[in-house]
Parts: sequence; structure tokens; C-alpha cells
Amino acid sequence: MTVTAAKKSRRLPDLSRALVVDEVGVNERVARFQSRSIKKSSKVEALKLILSMIDLTTLEGQDTPGKVQQLCQKAIHLHNSMPGLPHVAAICVYPTMVGVAKEALVGHDINIASVATAFPSGMSALKVKLDDTRMAVKAGATEIDMVISRGNFLGGDYRYVFDEIVAVKEACGDAHLKVILETGELGTLDRVRKASMLAMSAGADFIKTSTGKIQPAATMQVTLTMLQAIRDHYRDTGRMVGMKPAGGISTSKLAIHYLVMLHETLGNAWMTPMWFRFGASSLANDVLMQLLKQSTGLYQSPDDFSKD
Amino acid sequence: MATSENKLAFGGGWGYDPAPESTDHIDIKSRYGLFINGDFVKPEKGKYFDTINPATEDKLSRVAEASAVDVDKAVKAARAAYRGPWGRMKPAERSKYIYRIARIMQERAREFSIIESLDGGKPIRESRDIDIPLSAAHFFYYAGWADKLEYAFPGRTAKSLGVAGQIIPWNFPLLMASWKIAPALACGNTVVLKPAETTSLTAMKLAEVIADAGLPPGVVNIVTGAGAAGAAIVDHPGVDKVAFTGSTNIGRMIQKSLAGTNKRYTLELGGKAANIIFADAAIDQAVEGIVNGIFFNQGHVCCAGSRLFVQESVADEVIAKLKDRMETLIVGDPLDKNTDIGAINSTMQLNKIQSYLKIGQAEGGDMHQSSCRVPKKGYWCRPTIFTGVSQSSRVVQEEIFGPVLAIQTFRKYDEALTKANNTPYGLSGGIWTDKGSKIFNMTQKIRAGVVWANTFNKFDPTSPFGGYKESGVGREGGLHGLDAYVKLGAK
Repeated sequence: MTVTAAKKSRRLPDLSRALVVDEVGVNERVARFQSRSIKKSSKVEALKLILSMIDLTTLEGQDTPGKVQQLCQKAIHLHNSMPGLPHVAAICVYPTMVGVAKEALVGHDINIASVATAFPSGMSALKVKLDDTRMAVKAGATEIDMVISRGNFLGGDYRYVFDEIVAVKEACGDAHLKVILETGELGTLDRVRKASMLAMSAGADFIKTSTGKIQPAATMQVTLTMLQAIRDHYRDTGRMVGMKPAGGISTSKLAIHYLVMLHETLGNAWMTPMWFRFGASSLANDVLMQLLKQSTGLYQSPDDFSKD
Repeated sequence: MATSENKLAFGGGWGYDPAPESTDHIDIKSRYGLFINGDFVKPEKGKYFDTINPATEDKLSRVAEASAVDVDKAVKAARAAYRGPWGRMKPAERSKYIYRIARIMQERAREFSIIESLDGGKPIRESRDIDIPLSAAHFFYYAGWADKLEYAFPGRTAKSLGVAGQIIPWNFPLLMASWKIAPALACGNTVVLKPAETTSLTAMKLAEVIADAGLPPGVVNIVTGAGAAGAAIVDHPGVDKVAFTGSTNIGRMIQKSLAGTNKRYTLELGGKAANIIFADAAIDQAVEGIVNGIFFNQGHVCCAGSRLFVQESVADEVIAKLKDRMETLIVGDPLDKNTDIGAINSTMQLNKIQSYLKIGQAEGGDMHQSSCRVPKKGYWCRPTIFTGVSQSSRVVQEEIFGPVLAIQTFRKYDEALTKANNTPYGLSGGIWTDKGSKIFNMTQKIRAGVVWANTFNKFDPTSPFGGYKESGVGREGGLHGLDAYVKLGAK
């Protein structure tokens, strides 16, 4: 499909239709996922899958080329003393660091995700956001993590938010677009659901919970609401959309709960890095530690794993 | 509008390895006697019957079969305890014993959960998270009332009744025992309780707890056996009050035999609850509520939401989502922590459920079951829904007591209400809508003892439970539950 054809097929969804989400019910469902007991080979399989789904992230003002290079090395060599490990799905950096990452990842099948559109607040003009996006893509980003204009969304100007996503999607060209809802600023699960429908209708390839700069970041409640929106979008249109919870998922146990939730909400087709990502920085080491524990029966020191 | 073309796939791929609870530390004796007057005694006629694990069909133990002679001994022991230490005890002292039972039950919660799942077939997740904690909570709650009865019934005196004969079903064995015993003791009565014949083990464990708690002999007596033992309790002239939970048929028989006697009675009988989903409901959570309503405890729940009414405009979406959700329900080993639906309690019950599946299809209903595999041995029924059924269908009218849901649609509010009330039962109901006014309006008009809004199958010791019409007489739980165990008089 050409960009124009795709653009034409995008319609603002009917947001007047009640898409209510009951928070008490969501909490109960989440508690059920958390009570699943994942043991033995299903645990090992889950841990490896989690590693392969990580967007290894550094998004700080103090980031240096050196730090990004280190992160890229980590992305390729998660823990060389343990053979048979997958590599992570992507590394996620600011636009100015995309070039560094591209060079460091030459010859490796690891995506380069760049945040863009005046990340993290999105408080800028559309033109600036589009330039930001184009710059990152030009430097070699294969995935763009944009933020929605929360002010406009909360103010009820859905058309503005929708058009903005459509425009950014166009600026992305071949790069995949992840749309960050910044659910910590949306306040209710009803709005999370509404923003998810909006982003998917506007052409998002992925929807993502958070920037990591606002608390609360990803929660299972928010992620479940978004997964259910993805399922409904798929049922309505046949188009699969990916999901990326980001921020606050730093332990294997929690990440496994997310996998259980994904497994029981969207099923097997989504259980791949193509359709599900964890935006995280410290999760990888905890997963490695748990994997080693599964094979040796012993927990290693945290210092046995590289910190980048 | 959801379509069924873009299907989700839940089978294959990543799955959960077995995660069974260990039974190593569980002590089940090869034989259990009757608990009469503080001791475990042999039945007079020396008869025992097997109790089996419905998930494996393996024998777990042998349980005494009480005869009328044993029941007579139990009632006499209860009477003596009532006239003796228990009747004379200060209420605050009484409550200490009840608190003690609750605490010991909490300490032994794991053991109780495992035995409940072994003997009854319910998933360990439910016995661990619901049955056992709620049982202890009932004892805690009623222990608090023991010395406050004058505040429960202001301006009146509340006196105990005497000996309570209690007969309980197999769906929530320990929980039903707790519902019955805790308020009876709190009000100063003594008890003769008969558990259901397929699920006697946790009752015998409860007898151990009662002995450990140091209750005076005879305050609680537990006699195991089948219908004859139950009838002996009901007919015994020394019994002052009969409390029964079970089928409407047996309830009718009990009511007949109690007619013309001075005995008080409460009956908690069958149900066929309407679960009503309006188009403005939170659909995903409503689907979850449907699942909890009908598949909780294999559908062996008198207040199960076994009749679903969905507003027409969302019916396709709800049913499609329900079918997806059913695919993720894990049916199998009750002791596995990941099991959602365990074993059907007995071969008799399984036959009954299967006969209804045939009836439903013969009546023209469209049957859908989840595609899960079930173990070869043991008694199993896949989660099942019927669409295309009507008010005149037997699967809509009659209580199946299994994981079988009958789905109908409605267009208008009044239609939902009329259909919901068009049943001989009236135990519970559910309403799903985002609109508060609709909730209040509906709950006033649904003739059922419990109506849940935007949730289902929630229980709490402070909340009364009981039925309209053929669902029973009297209330259990909460303040209302005390009323069933006291004689009120003028101050």
C-alpha cells in the first residue's frame, strides 16, 4: 500500500461510542495473571523470549557516544559465557545517538529505535516534530517512538492528535512507528483505551505505554487495557498492532507476568519480538541472572553481569 | 463490530509446565470414624464407605456411615453440652473458642486447601484463595457477635435455640460447614453436622481443629453418611433447628417432614441466576464476570450465573470474546496451581451434566465447548455454552450445577427483567452496566436474594445470603444469619 492510499484508509474512529473499562475488573484479571505459576522449561523459554523482546534503552541528557556504544555491545553480546542466548530486539536512544548506534550495530540484526517528536513532552510544533522524526530516520533509525500530544488529547481535540500521528507516520517512511500514549498522564483506563484506538486507527505499528519519564510508567492494568484494544482493532480490521510496555519493568518475575497476560489476551501470534517489546534498561540483567540460576541452581553476583 | 473472521489462536506455542501443589505433608487417615462427644468413634453398625479423588478416581480414605443410632448419640451429646458447659458459658468465653477455631484453621490453611481439592475436585487456586480463607473469616466474624447479641437485636432478648442439626452439600464442603457452625456456636447453640457423602474429609479435619481448640465435648458433633443419616437428623425429636443447604428436591422433603413440628429451619436451595449484560457495560470485564459467574468451581455453585442475558447490540461481540476467553481456561489437575477448572465432583453429577448437554442439543440449542483436552481418568466437563436457546428450554429453566451456560439476548430493559424473573428460583443475579441509575433500578426489581453489580460470585461473612421462591427460606451470613439461630423475646 502506498503512503497516500494508506493515509486515505485511515479514519478517525468513532470515539463517541462508549469504550468503558472497569478498573476493579481489570485489577482482578491482572491478579489472575500474577497468580499463574511458571516453572521449569516454560520459565526458561519465557526468559529467553523476554530477552529477545527487550528494547535496550538509554534516554538521558547525559548520554555519550561511549555509553551508546557500550549499550550496543551489550545488545549483541548479552552474556557470552552462556551460549544459546538470543540478542535483544532493539536499542532505543535519542535521535542524536542514532548514528553512533548504527555504526556499532553494523552487520547485526538489531533494530535501532529512536524517540522523536519532542520527546518526552511532545510540547512543540508539528513541523519541529516532523523534522525530528525525519532526522532520526535519516540517521538510520528503523523504528520511531513518538509521543502523542497529551494536552490536545485531554482537551478533547482528538482530530489534532489523530492528524499528528498520521503525519508522523508519513514522515517515518519505512521505519516502524511506535506511538507512546504516556498513560501516566491520561489518568483513567477509559482514556487509555480511547487513545489506543486513536493511535491504531491513525496508523501506529505499535502502541507504547510510557516515556519512562513520568510516574506511573507501565502497569499491568494499563497494558491489559491496551492489549484488549489491540485485539478489538485486529477483530475489526484484520491488522495486527504491536505492544510495548515501557518503564518500571525491571524484574523477570514481573516480565513473566506480562508474558502470561499477552499469552492469554492476544494468543500466540503476538508472542514474538515482532509484536511485543519491553522498553527497559535493567531488566536484561535480572533475566540473565534468573536464566543462569535455572541452569546452575545458584544465583550469581549482580557483578557477574555487565552494567552499561 | 467484532467479527469472527479475525480469530485469535491460543493453542500450541508457549504453555505452562505443570505446577502441582505437593501432597507429601498431607496426612489422610485410612479410615475416619464419627466425631461424637469430643471423640472419634466407630459407627454402631460398623459400616464405612469410600471417599475418592474425582480427578483420579483413586480411593482417598474410608468414612463412617452413620445410622439413626449414631445420630441419636450425637444429638444426645449435643443436648448434654447445651444443658451443660456450653449453655452456661458466658458469651465472651464462647467467642474465645470460636476465635481459636478460626486461628487454627488459618494456620492449617494449606493443608485444608489441598485436602479440599483432593476430595472435591475443585482447583487449588480456589480452595486456597477462596474456600479456606472465607471459612476462617466466617468463624472470625461470628466470634465477634457472640457477646454482642443484644446489640444485634436492640430492645429484645436473644436466646439460643438448643441443638442445631445441619446438613451441607459437596460444592463448598468446609465453607458450608463454617457458614453453619460459626453462627450456631456464636448464638450459644450446639451442633450436629452432616457433610455430603462425597466430601467428608475436610469436615473430619475440622473436627480435629474443634478438638484441638478445646471445645467442651458434644458442642460440635460431626456425623458422616448419606441421605439416611441426614433424614435421621431432620426427624430427630431432640433437634431444635434444621439448617440445610442442597437441592430444592431434598429441601422440599425436609420441609414436609418438619411441617407440624416445633423445629425452626433455614433452607438454602438451588438457583438459576440471570447475569444481565447491557450494551453500555465494560465489555471485557463483563466477559470476565460471565466466566467467574458460571465456571467458578466447575459451575457447582447454587448462585452461579447460569443464565446469561446479553443486550442484542453487543451480543456478537460478547459471545466472540467469551469463546476466546474459554480457550484460555485450563481444565485439569485440581492440585495444579494453574488450573482454572477442576474435576466434576462425582460420576453421578457428571452424568447429570452430560444428560443436560444432550437435552440442550435435542431442544435445538447450539452448543459450543472449549477445545481443551481433558484427562482420561476422572470426571471432567469442558466449559460449555448454549446459544439459540429460549425461556422454554430445559437448559434455561433447570439447575444443571455444572460449567454450562445458557445464553439469550434481549432488546429492552423490561424484557431482560421479565426473563430474569421468569424462573422458579431466586437466589442471585448479576447486572453489568456503566450506568449507576440502571443498577439501582434493576437490583430493586430482580427477585433474588443477592444481586451483584459489575461483579459476580463475591462472598463476605458480613453479607447475608439466601433465596426467594424455590431457592430457599431464611438468610445465612451477616447480622441476618444470627436471626436463624436465636429466639427473640421482649426485654
